[in-house]
Amino acid sequence: MQTTPKSANALKAADGGKIATKSRGYWATVWLSLSRDPISIVCASILVLLVLIAILAPAIAPYSPSQGAMVDRLLPIGSPGHPLGTDELGRDMLTRLMYGGRMSLLMGILPVFVAFAIGTSLGLMAGFFGGWVNTLVMRTTDVFFAFPAVLLAIAISGALGPGLGNSMFALTLVFIPPIARVAESVTTRVRLLDFVDAARASGANSLTIVRVHVFNNVMGVVFIYATSLVSVCMILAAGLSFLGLGVKPPTAEWGLMLNTLRQSIYVQPWVSVLPGFMIFTTSLCFNLLSDGLRGAMDLKR
Amino acid sequence: MTAFLQVEGLQKYFPIGKNFLGRPTQVVKAVEDVSFATERGKTLGIVGESGCGKSTTARLLMDLSPPDQGRITIDGQAYGKGAGRKPITALRKRMQMVFQDSYASLNARLTIEESIAFGPKINGASDREASTKARDLLDRVGLDPDNFIRRYPHELSGGQRQRVNIARALAIDPEIVILDEAVSALDKSVQAQVLNLLADLKAEFDLTYLFISHDLNVVQYVSDDVIVMYLGQVVESGPAQAMYSTPAHPYTAALLSALPALHPKDRKTRAPLEGDPPNPISPPSGCRFHPRCPFAEPMCAETVPLLADIGGGRHVACHMRVPGSGYPDVRPIVTVAPSPTA
Amino acid sequence: MFLYICRRIVYTIPIALAVAVVCFSLVHLAPGDPLSAVIPADAPAEVVERIIQAYGMDRPLPVQFFAWLGRAVQGDLGFSVATGRPVTQEIGRALGYTFVLSLAAAAIGFLFGILFGTLAAFFQGRWSDKLVTGIALFGVSVPHYWLGLLLVIIFSVQLDWLPSLGGGSGSWINRARYLVLPAITMSFIPMGIVTRTVRSTVADLLGSEFVTSLRARGLGSSRIANHVAKNAAPTVLAVMGLQFGYLLGGSILVETVFSWPGTGYLLNTAIFQRDIPLLQGIILTLSMFFVALNLLVDLLQTLFDPRVRRN
Repeated sequence: MQTTPKSANALKAADGGKIATKSRGYWATVWLSLSRDPISIVCASILVLLVLIAILAPAIAPYSPSQGAMVDRLLPIGSPGHPLGTDELGRDMLTRLMYGGRMSLLMGILPVFVAFAIGTSLGLMAGFFGGWVNTLVMRTTDVFFAFPAVLLAIAISGALGPGLGNSMFALTLVFIPPIARVAESVTTRVRLLDFVDAARASGANSLTIVRVHVFNNVMGVVFIYATSLVSVCMILAAGLSFLGLGVKPPTAEWGLMLNTLRQSIYVQPWVSVLPGFMIFTTSLCFNLLSDGLRGAMDLKR
Repeated sequence: MTAFLQVEGLQKYFPIGKNFLGRPTQVVKAVEDVSFATERGKTLGIVGESGCGKSTTARLLMDLSPPDQGRITIDGQAYGKGAGRKPITALRKRMQMVFQDSYASLNARLTIEESIAFGPKINGASDREASTKARDLLDRVGLDPDNFIRRYPHELSGGQRQRVNIARALAIDPEIVILDEAVSALDKSVQAQVLNLLADLKAEFDLTYLFISHDLNVVQYVSDDVIVMYLGQVVESGPAQAMYSTPAHPYTAALLSALPALHPKDRKTRAPLEGDPPNPISPPSGCRFHPRCPFAEPMCAETVPLLADIGGGRHVACHMRVPGSGYPDVRPIVTVAPSPTA
Repeated sequence: MFLYICRRIVYTIPIALAVAVVCFSLVHLAPGDPLSAVIPADAPAEVVERIIQAYGMDRPLPVQFFAWLGRAVQGDLGFSVATGRPVTQEIGRALGYTFVLSLAAAAIGFLFGILFGTLAAFFQGRWSDKLVTGIALFGVSVPHYWLGLLLVIIFSVQLDWLPSLGGGSGSWINRARYLVLPAITMSFIPMGIVTRTVRSTVADLLGSEFVTSLRARGLGSSRIANHVAKNAAPTVLAVMGLQFGYLLGGSILVETVFSWPGTGYLLNTAIFQRDIPLLQGIILTLSMFFVALNLLVDLLQTLFDPRVRRN
């Protein structure tokens, strides 16, 4: 073994002792800065609470979500035994809002999640390999961009017919092109950075470079973008149910509840807006959390 | 002559702009018929203004963009397109590169250890071997492994990052290291430290350097031989000392006269180079330097000068220095792009 | 410049064609027979055969597509299964309503969006900026169909100021009264995004050296505002153009809430009556509008800012 060169020892001395700060990974830094942002903490707590309630609904809900007494129909908010009133079939609103979160959250998150997986893969491929792969993927997304998102979602699930699976499929299809487009543009930018060349120069093949060097740099940006789409997806998903294209009655779902209670605005206006308020709250929290995440991830490249 | 590293007829044209059929409408002649050679353990400096093709030459050697033509020979083994030659990609194990931007050339999401160990790992080393190698190399470039190995690039200074890049380049045991403006972005004091380190590492690992820079002082300090490039062509080559004391090509002379003199006795008698290099899309006819050359004669605009031996291991491409150095019959300037090979 | 415009127009043709293919295939995505709405369940086999032949459904899909496209280009989108009237006639009537509604919503949304965005950019970090950012956030987070419901409850049910259902008839004033609530509801869709865009664009410009140098030259605030407006215009214009497109194509939910007799409401009807020709026709018409609008925005943007052309 050779010895350490003299110049190296001189440089070591010049560096001084240890660097004062503790070394943290990128995600640890993001997490730390996010946990210091009060708005993000509040929103995250609300969302966690909503998810927990949705999961635990069968255990904690006071009534059955599908059974109601016609004599108790459309009770106002604050009625004894029914703190949030009852709906047009006499079912307890609190119970149904708890159960409704299951479908609404699922329809808001899952399509974006699937679209995130597919869109990122497509964008990475298109961005990294360029050429005809890029042309094929990007020109296809162009076609989908020629439809307004709402119209596309409604058109696809309208053509497929009502149903939970169909509307989730339609929503996924709507979100793949924008995610793929963002992933493509970030990949194209990352691909031109020197460290990709350096990796290539050390003999790595394309797959390894994408896996080790490109993916982790693209992921963050696309992830932020995807989180901002969750709120759009929530609204759109509930909108599909509102039109009667999502889940079928008597399933509790916020959009569908809003639709059926629409007939009752003259009798119990404030009960009938409750499901919409839940959609709004969730969507607002996702938006604020996404903003907070963007800020946290912006700190360092 | 069989030098350790020999590059012959390296060429790269970049097509730009496309017409309706997707055919290139113009080409940038980034590197044209570039040849040079160097011995093992030496440092070859490559100088020139920005846009002269020095960095493209480096990228061609690393096969980061494929050359249109050219042959590279290391220790008798030829690389490039053609029979009996290995693909240039195979060169990568013997040749590595350090880039100018120390930040962009490290993946911000990987620790220092992961960045250095990446090369050995994909070349078959086990995780443990790669990790040991990374620690060892960090120590060699003057970074305390215990302190630095788990850090991220943004936690380091520019000089420290560039040392990590050097360690990374050395991690797969190359014989040749291309230093593409590797110290240009560093402060002068840090620059000197890194240059000393590079000299020590060269001796220790028996390396050969290709030192690319626009900074003539630095190149003089580190290089045994120097080639001067202008608009994609080599205009002069030879031992550093001789070239710096008596430049043969008017362009080299102009570059050197732009350096501030250290002694009042040596003060400038002629104005340094004026204007910017011409557009490489449509370079001047004949000698490409003639529009900016104080000695240009009509023939300079007509005939392309060839590199001619002027003794002492020196070569220069200039009609005024070597009369009749052009082609025997006037060769028309190549204006048609060769069929794209990539 | 002229060449660029030509290229941009030529480039739109394959997109438009692909959009037509998507619209056509929608029908074949659907499970079951697209003709199930027309054919009675107990129809004898030979009647079924005749109907299939009459609709040309026995031919291969590409042939059907080009036949459909050929007729569509000539303005023939077939007949509505439910009403028996030509699809173009149905759409034509609805399109007017949607257009009026989108225009009113865009006018309100853009006006307030630009106003709020500019204010927020000038008073960065102060309470007014926070308020405006809040409004923008509200605009992108609120389910507009729910917002519509809220407005109905407040202004129709509680206060009884404005009507809540239908498109209105009779005098000009009466029709306008029906327009107010849906237009305000829809105006929140572009308002949030326009506010955000204007805020960031103007804030960037105000912080730029270009504006600093204008100030240094001693230009008055109104002259500087003029310069900023000119430079912000291309970005803001592009966003507004796209948003108008989204309004045209995305009004279905709001139209349903207010029973506004536009294309969205018609689409809803078509979906639930499985009126395939009508469904196809509406989606084709709306998406073609969107494609054309995109083209128009692009060309206008180029006219304003030659740098955009490079992309």
